[in-house]
Order: sequence, then C-alpha cells, then structure tokens
Amino acid sequence: MSETVIKCESVYKIFGENAKKMLEESNGNVDAKTFQERGCIVGVNNASFEVAKGEMLVVMGLSGSGKSTLLRCISRLTDATGGKIFIEGQDLLELNNKELIELRRNKMGMVFQSFALLPHKTVVENIAFPLQIKGTNTEESISRAMEMVKLVGLDGRENYFPRELSGGQQQRVGIARSLAVEPDIWFLDEPFSALDPLIRKEMQDEFLRLQEKLQKTIMFITHDFDEALKLADRIAIMKDGIIEQLDTPANIVLNPATEYVRKFTEEVPREKVLIIEDVMDASSKDNLGDLKVSKDEIIENVAEKILTQEKLVGVVDSNNNIVGSIKPSKIIDTVFGGRKNGS
Amino acid sequence: MEYLKKYPKLFQWLFLLIVFFALCFAIDVPETYKFIRGQAEFVKDPNQSVYFFLGKEVRYYAFDVFWRLPPLLGWLPIWINDSLFFLMNEWMPMEFWNEDTQEFKTRPLLLEISRNLTSFMTFLIELIREILLGGLETIVAFTSWDFIDAYPWLELPGLPWTIVAAGAALLSYKLSGKGLALFAGLTMIYISIFGQWKPSMQTLSFILVAAPLSFIFGLGLGIAAYKSKRVEKALYPILLVMQTMPQYAVLVPALVLFGVGDHAAVIITMVVAVPPMILLTILGLRAIPPEVIEAGRMSGCTNWQLMFKVLIPTARRDILIGVNQVIMVCFSMAVISAFIGAKGLGFNLLLALNQLNIGLALEAGLCISLIAILLDKMSLAWANKQTDYFGNLTFFQRNKNAIFFAASFVIGIILAYVGTFIFKGTFNYLFEIPHNKGISTADFWNKGVDWIFDTFFVYIKAFNTWLIQDVLQPMRALYLRMPAVATLVLAVGAGYLIGGVRSALVVAALTLFIALSPWWDRALVTLYMATFGVVISCLIGFTVGTLCFQNKKSAAFMLGVCDIFQTFPSFVYLIPVMMLFGITDTSVLIAVIVYATIPATRYTIEGLRSVPVGLHEAATMSGVNKFQRLTKIEFPLAFPHMMLGLNQTIVFALFMVIIGAFIGTEDLGQYILKALSDKNGAGIGLTLGICVAFIGLIFDNLIRTWVGKRKKHLGIA
Repeated sequence: MSETVIKCESVYKIFGENAKKMLEESNGNVDAKTFQERGCIVGVNNASFEVAKGEMLVVMGLSGSGKSTLLRCISRLTDATGGKIFIEGQDLLELNNKELIELRRNKMGMVFQSFALLPHKTVVENIAFPLQIKGTNTEESISRAMEMVKLVGLDGRENYFPRELSGGQQQRVGIARSLAVEPDIWFLDEPFSALDPLIRKEMQDEFLRLQEKLQKTIMFITHDFDEALKLADRIAIMKDGIIEQLDTPANIVLNPATEYVRKFTEEVPREKVLIIEDVMDASSKDNLGDLKVSKDEIIENVAEKILTQEKLVGVVDSNNNIVGSIKPSKIIDTVFGGRKNGS
Repeated sequence: MEYLKKYPKLFQWLFLLIVFFALCFAIDVPETYKFIRGQAEFVKDPNQSVYFFLGKEVRYYAFDVFWRLPPLLGWLPIWINDSLFFLMNEWMPMEFWNEDTQEFKTRPLLLEISRNLTSFMTFLIELIREILLGGLETIVAFTSWDFIDAYPWLELPGLPWTIVAAGAALLSYKLSGKGLALFAGLTMIYISIFGQWKPSMQTLSFILVAAPLSFIFGLGLGIAAYKSKRVEKALYPILLVMQTMPQYAVLVPALVLFGVGDHAAVIITMVVAVPPMILLTILGLRAIPPEVIEAGRMSGCTNWQLMFKVLIPTARRDILIGVNQVIMVCFSMAVISAFIGAKGLGFNLLLALNQLNIGLALEAGLCISLIAILLDKMSLAWANKQTDYFGNLTFFQRNKNAIFFAASFVIGIILAYVGTFIFKGTFNYLFEIPHNKGISTADFWNKGVDWIFDTFFVYIKAFNTWLIQDVLQPMRALYLRMPAVATLVLAVGAGYLIGGVRSALVVAALTLFIALSPWWDRALVTLYMATFGVVISCLIGFTVGTLCFQNKKSAAFMLGVCDIFQTFPSFVYLIPVMMLFGITDTSVLIAVIVYATIPATRYTIEGLRSVPVGLHEAATMSGVNKFQRLTKIEFPLAFPHMMLGLNQTIVFALFMVIIGAFIGTEDLGQYILKALSDKNGAGIGLTLGICVAFIGLIFDNLIRTWVGKRKKHLGIA
C-alpha cells in the first residue's frame, strides 16, 4: 500500500466536565454506561485506523453512533479527549492555532450535510471564500472559483444566491467550495443525506466521477449502508462510538464481524456488491469451459452468462492469465445463500 | 366538585380575586389619607413622620401599614444624588494637563473623563454639522480662536442644499436603485422647501454620530456577550430594565454627568439605543447553524475572519433589525433630548407643541419620519449590497456615481452663486431656505383642527365630560382605593399561579420596590392610565388585526401603516388630542391608545400569519367555515404571539403615559418632568424611571412566563 495520510491511534472523544480525568482513570477501558452515570457521554471509543493516500474510507453508522464526532476529531473541529491523530505524519493535536489554520487552508476540505453555505454570498463568492480567506486576490480567486463552478456543472448559475438553488445544486456548491483550495484530504459529512433519492444517486455518480479524476484521500460519513458499499474502498462500521468492523465492502458482506454488522448485510443485494474475485475458487484452474470472465467483474453483470454454463468458468485477471475458477452453482449460493431463512 | 377538578386553575384565580377584594373591603381608607398633589411631599409639615437612614433625612406621611407601606426606600433618590455629586466633584482628584492655561490642574477623575468625552462628541457633531451647514467650530478645534480672528475667511461655508439633495439621491441610487433615489431626492426637496433645512441638518448630524456609535457599541457588546457567558449574565438585567425604562427618565442623570447640549443627547441616545442592538446581535449570533461555523473554520478562518466574514454576515438579518431599532430610537431621542438642549427638529417640535401649533409640529414630525425611513432603507440596502465581478466596465461606468456627484457639486455651487444675484437683498433660496421662509401647510392643518373643534365643540365637550366623570375618575378612584397589601397579594398570587414560586418572588420584589418608594400613589395613577389605554388598544388592535388578516393585501397594507406610525415621533400624537380635549387625562389616554394600538395590531396579524398552512388545509378539509376556523384554530394557535403583542402594548402605553406628563398628568411622569428642572433631580428621575420600568417588568415577566408555558403546551416553542 502507498503512504499513510491519516492515522488514528486509540482516539477517544468523551463529552462532559471531567472527561479527561475519567479517561485517564479508566486506563483505556471505556464503558459507555458507567461514564454516562457520571455525567459523561462517550462519542468516540478507542478508534484506531489508517487511511492511505488516494483511498476512500467510508464511516458508516446510525445517528448517534459517533461517526460525525470522529470526523470532527480528525478535522480538529473538536479536540479529541485522548489518543493520537497524525495527518501526513504531523501530530494533529500538537499543532498550535496558527499551524492548524495553515493546515486547513492548504490540505483539508470539508462538505457538510446541511450544505453550510454562506447565505449572503453568491455561488461564486461562496466557492471563492476559502481562497479569499487565505489571502488570494479577488481576480485570481474568482477565476479559480469559476473553474470549480464548471467542474461541478453549475455554469450559468454562478451569480445565484444559495437560497435560489435546489438542494442538489447547493451541495454542488458545497463540494466546489471544499475543493477550491485543492486540498489533499477531503472530508464529507453525510453530504447526500439531505437530498432526494434520485438526486442522491446522481450526486453519488458525479462524486465517483470527480474522485476518479482527482484521487483525493477521503473520509466519507454516511448512515446509508448502500451508499457506503457503492462508494467505499474500505468501510468502517460504527456503533456507540466503537468501530465494529473496518474492511472492504466485499469482506463486510461476506464475513460480518458482529451480529450488528450482519444485520446491515442481510438485505444487501450481494450480486451488486461482490466481484468475481470475492467468490472464485483460486485453487482449481483445470477443467474449465469456454467462457472466461474477468475477476473484477461485478457478479450481477456476468451472472446470466455463467448460469448458462455447465462446466467451471475460468476467471482471468487483466493480463488474461487464469487466476481461478467459479462453479455456476456458486453464483446461486452467493446470491441466495447466507441470508436468514424466511427473510 | 367536578368543575373544581376539571378547571383547577379557574378556581385558583377565583380564590385569588376573592382574597383580593376581601382585603380591599377589610382595610379601610384612613381618615387622614388624601392624594397628595404637586410636590407636597417635599414640603416640611409637622404632620409628617421622619426617619434617618445612612445620615439622610426622609420625611413622609404615615398611614396604616396595610393601607400604604412607609417609604423605606425614600433615601434612595437622595443617596443616588449625593453619590453622583460625590463621584463627579470629589472622587479621585488627579492632576491633568491643561492646554489652554499651560499648567497642571487638579480635577476629579470622572469630571475629567466626562469633559473629554463631551468635547469629543461635540467635535464629531460639529464636524458633520458644519460640513452640512457651515461654521467655524471645527477649524477652531484644530487651531485656536486667535487663529480664526486672524483669518476670518477660514470658516467652513456649508453645502448648498442642492448638493446635499443630489448627494443623498446618488448614494441611494448606488446602494439600492431608482426607487430609493427618488425617495431620497423628494425627501430632501420637501425638507428644503418647507423651510426645515437647518433643524433637519442639525438633527441629521446628531443622528449620524449617535447611530453609528450605538451600532458599534451594541455590536461589540453583543459579540462579547455571545463569546462569554459571564458578560451576558452581567448585561442581562441591565438590558431588561433598559427595555422598559421610559426614555426620558435617563435624561436627568445624564444632565448631571454631561451637562446640556447635543453631546449629552448623543450619550443618552447611546444608553437607550445600545440595549436593543445588543439583544438582537446575541439573538442573531445564537441562531447560526453550527455547520456554518464549522464550514468557516474548515476554510481556515482565523477567529477574527470567522467573526466578521462568517458569523456577522450570516446573522445579518437580526443585526439589521437591530440597526433599524437603533435608528428609530435615535430619532425618538432626537425629539426627547430637545429637553436637555439638543438643537434640531426636536426643539422645533417642542416649540410647536408649546404653541399648540399642530401644523408646524406635523411638518417637523414628518421631516423626522422621512429622514428616519430614508436612513433605515439606506442602511438596509447597504447591508444587502452585492459586488459584481464580471462587468468589464469602462472608467466612466465604474466611477459614474462619483462623476455625477462631482458634477452636481459644481452645479450646486454655481447655482448658489447665481442665486446671490437673483435673490439680491433677500435670502439665497438656492443656498439654503431659512427656517419658516419656506412653504408651509401649517395654517391648513391648524384651521382644520380649529374647524373640527368649532363644529363639534358641543359633542367633544360632552364626550370629554362623560368620559372623565363617568369612566376615568371612578376608575382612578378605584385604583387609588386599593390597599398596598391587597395589591401585593394580587400581584404575588398572579405570579405564583402563572409561573410558580420563581415568578412570585420576582413579581414580589418588583412590586415591593415600587410600594416602598415614596411614589406608590403616583404609580397607581400611572397604572390606571396604562390599563385603560392597554384595554382599549388591545380591543382595537385585535379587532383591526383580525379583520385585516382576512385579506393578504390589507394585512400587508396595515403592517405598512404600523411602520409609518411607529417612526412618527410620539410627541406629535399629543398635539391634536390636546387641542381637541384640552389639558385632561382624555388627551393623554387618546394619544396612548393611538400609539399603543400599533403593536397590538402588528402582533395580531403576525400571530395569525404564523399559523402553519398545513393546519389551514387540514381545517378546510374537515369542513369548517371561516368563522370556525378563526375561533377554533387560528386564535388558539396565534394567542401566545398576540400575548407578546400585549406585552409590547403595555410598554408602549407606559412610554406614552409618561410622555403625557408634558400635557399635565398626576402620575410618575409628572415627577420625572419636574426632576428635569430640579438641580437635585438626578436621583429622583432615575428612581422614578426604575419604578416605571418595574411596572413594565412585572407584566413582562408574567406574560412571558405564561407565553413560554403555553407555547410548550401547544408544541410551537
């Protein structure tokens, strides 16, 4: 794997008056219940993980699971109560105010659920805002902002006010604003949750297209498991401040670590999530039929073809070398098996 | 019993009223009691009782404790007065360098601060005033009188009115557009040709100093309170009292601290205008969604940038309401501060009032309203101003406003110069139209009022007599007949029933303060006038509001009318009624009703409007008719908001009752007015002001607590 951009070591965030003291006393064994009895609320409980350059980590959890708090610790909108956070090797919690501002001005961008646009500024002014804060002169920041307007497809609406735009358009502005300073790290806090389902899908596709082009390091927060599966390189599932499982979408669907995670995976259409590589048998490469499929193919796209075969189907990698095989019956197992009876 | 269980509150209230009336009947009026007129309390009289507190002698007429409490706080005004005097004249003497005499001089610290502040304010006002009207004080401030004697031509000439009018129109055009520019131009022309130029510009120069200073202080303190809980806690009680304090009760202490003149007026105006600005700043900043703040932080804002580029612009709606309030207060103070020697329209207005010249007063009042509306609209447009980044403009286009202004400047000067030839021997009308040399419609209005008076004299007289003899005097007697203890029980009981122990304690403390002051009887008279005014105002306001609400256009129209009436200086209302009804309580009460109906109407319309559309549709689908919808759905839901209107109505009514002292009433206002001309009046004025503020706060507390509970109950908090 390439270099680590974000690294968290046992990050805790506990709200309450003597949170710090109580955390020290507990020796890292934080029990939400006992803390709550003493007037503290546990937001993030012992989170450790790394995000590599160009990777998209999706943090998924229901409301109150601490996912937004975790993101705010890493962007240091709130200070973590305990643990260490490194951004490109720099200890985030050691930065003074000036260094922090410098970091945010050049390295970080963030998109918010409620868009958080400045109501008194037009689209282009909103997008140019982080640049102007940095001290870029008006002409340059506006022309840069106009590029961003084009990038997110809002040409012609640059002089509109946020209140004159639809939700989807407002979030495009939010995205453009967060990208204006060309940050390396991109935080997205439930960016599509406030949008209608159709618009949401459109925005997700748009987002994937952008990421293809930009290759940012991303932390993406969502409460929508399908969204997480669709976008993520890796998914972290949170519950009550604890990361229950952190893995690739396929592994989470195939091997849920806990009962909680399994509940999410139950309803997931596996054929849409898994690729051939996830279900192939790498040990048997003999007795193959004529049909060959790529290992990166999503099952749904090739299922029909495979199911018409009687022999084993060969799996090839991008160089057309055979790397494994798959039985047609395996497809049926994958799609229908593993689900609870009767559901 | 069943009813008792069903409506427990109703029976508690009934019980309270029974106790109240029982007390009223049980406690007899002492034989020696009579309502003391004039300032008889201050006359030494062997019948008076005397006590000493902290070395101060307090004299009073003793009654049965149940009937009237002894004025145990009677020392407070004297004590405030002495403290003020001590602070000003004896506290912390220090050596200060005196420029004029070139030597050190010993002066008390506060006096020196006050003098420096005073001269600074005077300089600011004079600077603007002399740009507009001409004069030599500004140049003297930079040099000396000797210098002016040597170069007498060095006087600021003042701008011809044509240039000021053109400037105002151009600025309005730049800020907003043609509409406002037209309004600005017409306003200036009106002011000029009606001969109000000089006083208007004097008032304007006063406002242009007072309003920005109030805005800056209010915003600054609001930000400080937003950032620190401690500052907010310290400010809150002061803000609360200042909201209900009659504006001209603060005149007297300011008179002592800062003397007489425009500068003192500016300082008082700030004292009155800053509190609403602070409140609205806090309100606006609190309402900002947290994600906007986070977005600002993530954009890399420093604290400073966050405050001025993100928070304040985002909260600008509330802050602008604050600016509007500041401007309105400034204009009402521009009138009131004429009492302490501020020049301008207010002074003319008072003069007209004294001469019973309704026409002149109307014209001066209209000037004030027009300038107020103009400044308000301009500040609004300025805050909403947008810059355009994509105009490839030529030099002329970019600077056209400046060029036009330069052109009009030159033309104005040429016109004024030409004017000196045209109007030889008389006044140069193209430079400045002198006071009372313009057109005037005063005669028309005066004759109108005279005509009404002549034609309807009999009816007016009959109505007046009936109202006074059969309604007002019995009502007043009833109020004065209330024993102090019964009143206390009623107030505390109401507090307990509405808001529990906490409210009861607050109300008890506020009522006790008034009861223990030497002016309980006066407070009762104030209360009687305010009650009468509020009841009638609410009846009118609620009815008019409800009727207007039936139609969108009429509702918008009515709100507009409310706006205009509110910018009108409250004094103006006194004149026509005084001419028709003479120097009686009727005049004051009618003025009170006209003034206090404004908030009652406004809040009724706003409250009814705030009923959610979904409910309307649900109601229509359940097949209610218009009347049922009004009584079953709209009224119950709008009622809490209408109650806040009642609260405002009470505050407005109290203000007007106090101002009514100018006509001649026998309430707290009369003493405030007297304190103005008393050299020891500062303490009395301030204490009286606090008494009035407390009357307002008692109702404020009760109503707000009730509204809070009711809103929670209805789930619309």
